[in-house]
Amino acid sequence: MSAVTSTTQSITLTIDDKAISCRSGETILQVARENNIDIPTLCYLEGLTVWGGCRLCMVEIAASPKLHAACATECTEGMTVRTTSPRLKQYRKMIVEMLFAERNHVCSVCVSNGHCELQNMATKLEIDHVRFPYRFPRMEVDNSHDYMRLDQNRCILCARCVRVCGEIEGAHTKDVKGRGVLSAIIHDLDEPWGDSQTCTGCGKCVNVCPTGALTHRGTAVGEMTKKTEFLPYLTLMREVKL
Amino acid sequence: MKPEELLAMADKTSSDLDRYEHRIHVCTESGCISVQSDVLLKNIGEEVKRRNNQDKVCVKGVGCMGLCCNGPLVRVDDVMYQFVKPEHAGVIVESLSAQPIQELLCDTGQPFFARQKLVVRDNSGRVDPESLVDCVAHGAYQALLKVLTTMTPQQVIQEISDSGLRGRGGAGFPTGLKWSMVAKTGGRDKYLICNGDEGDPGAFMDRSVMEGDPHRVLEGMAIAAYAVGAENGVIYVRAEYPLAVKRLTKAINMARRHELLGPNIFGTNFNFNIELRLGAGAFVCGEETALIASVEGKRGVPRPRPPYPANYGLFGCPTLINNVETYANVAPIINKGAAWFAQIGTEKSKGTKIFALTGKIRNTGLIEVPMGIPLRDIIYDIAGGIPDGKAFKAVQTGGPSGGCIPAELLDITVDYESLAKAGSIMGSGGMIVMDETSNMADVARFFMEFCMTESCGKCIPCRVGTYEMHELLDRICEKRGTPEDLQLLKDLCDMVKQTSLCGLGQSAPNPVLSTLRYFEQEYQNLIAEAQAARGQVTQAITGEHIELEVLP
Amino acid sequence: MTTTTTATTTRPTVATVWLDGCSGCHMSLMDLDERLITLAGLVDILHSPVVDPKEFPQSVDVTLVEGAVSSEEDLHKANVIRAHSKFVIALGDCAVTGNVPAMRNYWDRSDLFDRAYVENAQEPPTAEERKAILPLTVVPPLRPRATPLHEVIKVDLYLPGCPPPADAIWFVLTEFLAGRVPNAMSVSRFGK
Repeated sequence: MSAVTSTTQSITLTIDDKAISCRSGETILQVARENNIDIPTLCYLEGLTVWGGCRLCMVEIAASPKLHAACATECTEGMTVRTTSPRLKQYRKMIVEMLFAERNHVCSVCVSNGHCELQNMATKLEIDHVRFPYRFPRMEVDNSHDYMRLDQNRCILCARCVRVCGEIEGAHTKDVKGRGVLSAIIHDLDEPWGDSQTCTGCGKCVNVCPTGALTHRGTAVGEMTKKTEFLPYLTLMREVKL
Repeated sequence: MKPEELLAMADKTSSDLDRYEHRIHVCTESGCISVQSDVLLKNIGEEVKRRNNQDKVCVKGVGCMGLCCNGPLVRVDDVMYQFVKPEHAGVIVESLSAQPIQELLCDTGQPFFARQKLVVRDNSGRVDPESLVDCVAHGAYQALLKVLTTMTPQQVIQEISDSGLRGRGGAGFPTGLKWSMVAKTGGRDKYLICNGDEGDPGAFMDRSVMEGDPHRVLEGMAIAAYAVGAENGVIYVRAEYPLAVKRLTKAINMARRHELLGPNIFGTNFNFNIELRLGAGAFVCGEETALIASVEGKRGVPRPRPPYPANYGLFGCPTLINNVETYANVAPIINKGAAWFAQIGTEKSKGTKIFALTGKIRNTGLIEVPMGIPLRDIIYDIAGGIPDGKAFKAVQTGGPSGGCIPAELLDITVDYESLAKAGSIMGSGGMIVMDETSNMADVARFFMEFCMTESCGKCIPCRVGTYEMHELLDRICEKRGTPEDLQLLKDLCDMVKQTSLCGLGQSAPNPVLSTLRYFEQEYQNLIAEAQAARGQVTQAITGEHIELEVLP
Repeated sequence: MTTTTTATTTRPTVATVWLDGCSGCHMSLMDLDERLITLAGLVDILHSPVVDPKEFPQSVDVTLVEGAVSSEEDLHKANVIRAHSKFVIALGDCAVTGNVPAMRNYWDRSDLFDRAYVENAQEPPTAEERKAILPLTVVPPLRPRATPLHEVIKVDLYLPGCPPPADAIWFVLTEFLAGRVPNAMSVSRFGK
């Protein structure tokens, strides 16, 4: 404990006009959530490394011309952060709209309907329609595993599954192939999930997946719920052990 | 190699070269090789041998001489020949004792050559890139010797800072400042990376430097390594540059053999090694954090910064990462001094810049010009203007991250600040010239297609944003667009620019934004045409008789 | 100006249209139950799958459109609706996002037809028979893609949901009648 206190400093900053103090090394997102200030995220998950891919947590910092990803920006002394503004709201809406246009998120027939972070995000950001042209790509569904399923139609490429598989389970079965909109989650060297020699079948990927992309088989519309509580617990255990 | 050995090697080779009566230099870079300059070089060598003149005539393959569109280029003593074919070998060797061949002559007094200022490409076209001794005879590794024997790392950094050199990869970050940031970091393991992942369409400056004078790059890296305290260097080259890879490999091997790389260089306690890493051809790997991930053997995707590579780079160690051309500027600065370098260029942009001229111009090829040269002089003097009597319309600088500069801004000077003010960037040095026949919305669509296919897919704004921008541009270009599409396109450009993770996404909208800034009327015209076609349909529907159930 | 229908013209006029959808949104409208009686007292429903007129009226205040734009007929209808409606509401996920009808967009139309009319036939048809079987004449041709309504006409309000709950429809209509533009996302969501 003494080692911790000697290296961490106390920092004061302002988030949305609220004076806040935190420890050095904490990110804006962590501090905001500790203080009940909501910043939307899709790729961030407590317990996994920061990815910085969804760009929903972009915030304004006074005197900086650029926007900053709250998940990847550490707090500094005297920082003044604004987590919402008409501009940020507009950007966030566009980002989520683009996700809907990118693949085939047909909520009404999705097993995660009602328990989906993407769907909830759309409601939260008051997205009533998608302004962008839909891509309507033809995507694969990998049904080869005994009790889990990967539906590429619902994937938002947040890479939570890739990270949990590599960082927590240590299997590194999952990774990303391709570029741009043609990127896709794969198993091993792009083999069917059921044929994977490295997958331990732990199911963590299913539980961290924010949408209906990774699900348990045998679930019907709206039946798939996810449990992510295990992650902070596992991370904490790992830190204690260290 | 000991210092005196280097000097001895330089002296001996120079005097060897001086003994020749004639010198025939044949360009052997990718551009000229594509029109058989390699066969030409072999033929000339055979012709010389046939006449038993090997002792009088020096025949060697050299780096690029600039005027790529007239290749293969051959320099024979003081004259230059253009469009030389392999079968010309005989007449060229014959002409050594006679008059120059009139029909092959290339005027070296023309503005294309006269207006250039060679700093980086000083030795390109003079040295044999595959021969270490030839490079040494032309001054290679003298700057490294000077640095290791007479300067402290702080002095080297000071010299680079004083010279005003800025990164040539595109962003123009002050090189001296970057070096001092890495030098200040603690820890013993530091890395040096040379970014040779040149990926802009129509750009081949770095390729030319790597193919034409690879030892200059190695020397610049070694000096930088000494300055920042690194012992390991990596050159990241795209695998699509096989000749650059071959020559760099050869250069590294020769430098190692002569102990210009490795432990205790010049008998000092400075150790430095360089290894080559090949990129699999991803534009995003030119972004420093993606490049580092790729070198580490991971998927080449960027990560959020900070931490910057100066603090947390390759394998988590402090890393200095500079572009090929930046490193190639180092040796001349050390040799001739910061003050000499700083008097070239403008107040904020020092030195020279290499540009790859392509598109609708007479002279396509590589040029090196002092910063601050008016754009008009490049287009009309050096590049020789627009062919076929067409009018100049715009020039795209900075590739897919840059912008278009229209005719009315031709008088701006070429430096980091003026180009940024005009809505473009210096970039790595591609210049694509367009004439009046080009449609600017179509140009924007071309660059957007490039960004869309090169987006790594990690962050949403770039991954989907480039796709949607391309889709909207497609609608507009194909005359299916609406005013709402144009507004959506503008909004998208703003969002992608502001929220993307790395430079690729942040700059992807630039071609659209700059063409909108100067040529919005062309977009409006396309939309008006689409509206007119749609109007006819609507009129038919608003007519009196409406029958829903039966369609014609 | 003389007219015999002064009583009705002062009331707002409403139309509902059923494009490519399952009619679930109209079912949800029916689920207004006794509120339908109230509604009938507030507005004139000029055109709807549940009322008789076949032709779309010359002028309507509010038109609720269910379903995606799938066929050339849908497109024609959409254009007619837009030309004769002051306010167009996309009703339900099919009209708002394409939803289930748009799930055919991942395939070519000819593959779709073969799947539906040829592969599942008890006896495989010959090439000649295939031509006769496929719905290529008489019925309106399918467009290459089923699209949301706003990809072909301007939409003024979106009410997502599969289907949007009756309460949501009621909220939107009553808000509108009260002269306010309702926030539909406060009462419904995609896939609800």
